[in-house]
Amino acid sequence: MLPSLEELSAWLPDLLSGLSISLQVTALSLLIGIPFGLLLALGVLAKSRLTKILALFLVEVGRGAPALVLLQFIYFGLPTTGLTLGSFTAAVIALAWNTGAYTSEIIRASLQSIPHGQREAAVAIGLNRLDALRYVLLPQGLRVALPALLAFSILIFQGTSLCFTIALPELVSRAYEIGSNTFRYFPALLAAGVLYASISIPAALVVSHVEKRAGSYAQR
Amino acid sequence: MSADLLAILRGLPWTVALTLGAFFAGALLGVPLVAARQSRILPLRFLAMVFIQIVRGIPPILWLFIIFFGLGMSVFPISPFNAALAGLGLIAAANMAEIYRGALASIHFGQWEASSALNLGRWSTLTDVVAPQAFRVALPSAASYLIGLMKETAVASTIGVSELAFQGNQLSQLTFRGLEVFALVGMFYILLSLPVAWLSRVADGYLQAKVAR
Repeated sequence: MLPSLEELSAWLPDLLSGLSISLQVTALSLLIGIPFGLLLALGVLAKSRLTKILALFLVEVGRGAPALVLLQFIYFGLPTTGLTLGSFTAAVIALAWNTGAYTSEIIRASLQSIPHGQREAAVAIGLNRLDALRYVLLPQGLRVALPALLAFSILIFQGTSLCFTIALPELVSRAYEIGSNTFRYFPALLAAGVLYASISIPAALVVSHVEKRAGSYAQR
Repeated sequence: MSADLLAILRGLPWTVALTLGAFFAGALLGVPLVAARQSRILPLRFLAMVFIQIVRGIPPILWLFIIFFGLGMSVFPISPFNAALAGLGLIAAANMAEIYRGALASIHFGQWEASSALNLGRWSTLTDVVAPQAFRVALPSAASYLIGLMKETAVASTIGVSELAFQGNQLSQLTFRGLEVFALVGMFYILLSLPVAWLSRVADGYLQAKVAR
C-alpha cells in the first residue's frame, strides 16, 4: 500500500515540479485576485448603479458557480469565441475571478465594520474619497480582513487541484499520471496528499494563530 | 438551447443526491467527531484533531481519487457515485465537526455553570440546555456549508459521476459550444443555491423569533 523508498525517490522530482506549478497558480491567482476583490468591493459599495450591478454580477457568478465550472468555462468555453488560452493562463484567470469574488465579500464586510466616525472624521479634515480610503479606511479594514484572507488563500491552494481537469500538469495530474503509468494509484496519490497536507496543515495552524492575535487586537 | 437544457438537467438528480447524501452523512458523523474533539480524554481529543486537520488539509478532488482509483483499483471495487459519496461525506464530517465546535464555543459559560447549579448531569446539560442553543448558532453556517458542498460535488465529475458538471462536459465535447453550455451549468448551480439560502434565512428568522420571545 505504501510507496517504497525507490518509488518515492523516482516520483518525487515529478511530484515536486507539479507542486511548484500548483504554488505558482496559487500565488498569481492571489496576487491578481485580491486587488480585483478590492475593486469589486468598492464597485459593490459604489453610488453609480451601473458599476454596482456589474460588480454584483461578477461577484455572484464568481461565488455562485463552482470553481471547476469557471475553469472549464474559461478553458473550454472561451475558444468558441476565438480566444484560446493556455491551461496555465486559464487556470490563473478562473481562480483569480473566484478569489476576487470571495475576497470582495471579505473586504466589503471588513470595510463596513469600521466605525462610521472614521469616515466622518476623514471628511472633516478635508480628505477626498480616495485619500480617506487609502490612509484611513483600508489600513484598518485590511487588518480586520487579514485572517479571513489568509484562510481563503489555503482554499485557493487546494483549489488549484481542480486544474487537473484542464490538463495543467500540477500536483494531482502528476500523481494521477504516475498512477496510470505504474498502476500504483494508491501510493502515488497518497504521496501527493502528503505534499498537500504538509503545506495546508501548517498554514492552517498559522491562520488560527493570526486569528487569535487579531481577536486580541480587536478587544484591546 | 432547450435540448441543451434537457441534457444538462439529467445531471440534476445526481447533484442533488450527492449533495444531500454527503451533507447528512457529514452532519451525523460530525457529532461523534466533535464529541471526541471536545473529550476530556487527551489521546481521543488529539486523534480527532489530527483527523480533522488531515481531512481538511487535502483537496476534495484528491480524496475522491484516493478512494476511487487508489482504494477502488487495489482493495475493493467501488462505484463512482459511492466513492464520491464516501469522499465528500468524509470532508463534510470534518467541516461539520468544526461548525458544531464553533457553535458550542459560542454558548456562554454561564449556561454550563447554571446547569451544574441546577444539578443537571453532563448529558442532560448538553442535550437540554447547550445543544438547542448551539443548533441555532450552527444553522446559518451549516446552510452556507451546504451550498458550498453543493458546488464541491462538481469535482465528482472527474471520476465519472454523471452530475451537472459531467453532463456539461459531455455536451460541450459533443457540440463544441462550450461557452453556452458551461454558462448554463454555472447558472444551474447558482439557481440551486437560491432555495437553500432562502430556507436558511426563513429558518433562522423563525428560530430567532423563538429566542426573542
